[in-house]
Amino acid sequence: MQSYTFPDKSGKYGKFGGRYVPELLMPAVLELEEAYEAAKNDPSFQEELNNYLTEYIGRTTPLYEAEQLSKHLGGPKIYLKREDLNHTGAHKINNTIGQALLTLRMGKKKVVAETGAGQHGVATATVCSLLGLECIVFMGAEDIKRQKLNVFRMELLGAKVVGVSQGSATLKDAVNEALRYWVNNVHDTHYIIGSVVGPHPFPRIVRDFQSVIGAETKQQSLEKQGKLPDAVVACVGGGSNAMGMFYPFVDDKEVALYGVEAAGKGVTTNEHAATLTGGSPGMLHGTFTYLLQDEAGQIQEAASISAGLDYPGIGPEHSHLHDTGRVNYPSITDEEALEAFQLLAKLEGIIPALESAHAVAYACKLAKEMSSEQSLVICLSGRGDKDVEQVKAKLEENSDGEA
Amino acid sequence: MGKHKLENTLNELKATGKPLFIPYMMAGDGGINQINERIQFLEECGASAIELGIPFSDPVADGPVIQDAGLRALQEGTTLKLVLDEVRKQKESRNIPIILMTYINPIWNYGYEQFAKHCDTAGVDGIIIPDIPMEEEEDIAAALSNQSIAFIRLAAMTSPDERLEKIAQDSEGFLYAVSVNGTTGERQQHDKNTLDYLKKLTALSSVPVLAGFGISNPEQAKSLAAYCDGVIVGSKIVHLFAEGKQTEIKELIGETVR
Repeated sequence: MQSYTFPDKSGKYGKFGGRYVPELLMPAVLELEEAYEAAKNDPSFQEELNNYLTEYIGRTTPLYEAEQLSKHLGGPKIYLKREDLNHTGAHKINNTIGQALLTLRMGKKKVVAETGAGQHGVATATVCSLLGLECIVFMGAEDIKRQKLNVFRMELLGAKVVGVSQGSATLKDAVNEALRYWVNNVHDTHYIIGSVVGPHPFPRIVRDFQSVIGAETKQQSLEKQGKLPDAVVACVGGGSNAMGMFYPFVDDKEVALYGVEAAGKGVTTNEHAATLTGGSPGMLHGTFTYLLQDEAGQIQEAASISAGLDYPGIGPEHSHLHDTGRVNYPSITDEEALEAFQLLAKLEGIIPALESAHAVAYACKLAKEMSSEQSLVICLSGRGDKDVEQVKAKLEENSDGEA
Repeated sequence: MGKHKLENTLNELKATGKPLFIPYMMAGDGGINQINERIQFLEECGASAIELGIPFSDPVADGPVIQDAGLRALQEGTTLKLVLDEVRKQKESRNIPIILMTYINPIWNYGYEQFAKHCDTAGVDGIIIPDIPMEEEEDIAAALSNQSIAFIRLAAMTSPDERLEKIAQDSEGFLYAVSVNGTTGERQQHDKNTLDYLKKLTALSSVPVLAGFGISNPEQAKSLAAYCDGVIVGSKIVHLFAEGKQTEIKELIGETVR
């Protein structure tokens, strides 16, 4: 019997969430809610979705027992949920395929999306190519400079990539511009938002499409060890891989859940993205949630070595799970993430995304407090190929500093 | 004061048969000390009321002109509190109604009750919040109502009839009819759907209906005002202020309300 039933009818998770959008978007937001409800209850939609998840994306992803890492840490048995093995190399596509199918169902032919590092943009461009949808992706001009290869990848897939030079020219501004584009083109365009953020029903839709991660993990854990894991760790920017992983476990109180925020250069500096640790509640991008903001309610820049965690907000459901205490939200610095990035490559032959490296880093700390009879799952949300150039430069910079 | 002042002023002007004209200016663009000066200037130009924009870091309903003006204002150190302080200074000597246009987050951080009280003290008569649809308005509407500040609702061309009816019924001071399917900024023209939409709202509303978004010249303003009670002009005014072209502002307002 499921006792956790959020969001409520108005799209709230406790006091968080809601629909703080211009009236102009309300009809589209309500239409999406209706279309999603109908699709959810339509076996043919679910069948189509599952078919793509299996045949195109390559699910089920393994729950891999990381023996070397477990041995190295000397604590619990550690498993990696291998979302990096999905087509396009991250969990993002679990959501984009679902929303692209919804787009078709609503009779819309065009899709707009935002992207930070480019992972969500690539995952959106991919499914749009597959399903014959026109695709436009907004990306901060700064991020375009940093992620040239992903820009080319999106263009190769037929998407139009538009640089955003407003504001800080990063993810937050790309979301603003994608929202503005949606405001101007709402009659024929669906906005495929990339995380569990934005106005209701987006946080719920993205969570539901991503919860395939947690549902598989639960079943795989039962198959492999006859019990649920004792702890589950995932990184959190907007928080879609974490929400997808946590949601199926929310009612299983014996499973400790950890959402790892990016502490950047440290949560006491001005350069971090640890929204729950260092932020306060407010409204941004259509939702009421914790934000990095000043006293006057102006949104501040987030900073992290990982572009995917570099967002000054967080999904409203995470804010709720934080305030109720069901999920713990520690944070990991750039340096700690870099170490974990290298550790996993050396011990397991797996290069994690810098985002996922935050989860690995925290799991290493947590493992020290756990026993060998226990087990811990890390959500390995993406592969690190996109990050190797940046990591190389960073490591060279660090060793120069020491010399 | 507040809601009654705004409604009385607009109804009296409406009775003269001329179109109402509400210019929008970005508070703090050009410096915080320019706020009262510009309000007075716009009043002298023949404005019916002033819409004073509060800058926000992430203004999703605004096009590039107002976005840029907002960033300039933030660089000047503009905050909601400083704007209220500034507006309060001229409260006694000012006749023209003042409307604040602000995204919800700065108000939330200020505190709803505190904000409404300080609006009252500063002589602010009405509030427009572009990112509060009816589904989320309860708390802020109650706070404004306690101080008799007009809560001006926005209607959109995408809104189905039942939403338009509720918005038109609830709006206080006037009804803000967003007249393009998009963000703020100049447009070439408005189509027949826009005119039908304005007629529909005028029939539904008990307060004056003003068209806004995309209006930049007297011809456009007059053609829309023929189907409602007047217009709101934002980006064009903001642009002209930034360029120092006050004479053109005077002409724009003068020719529309003549």
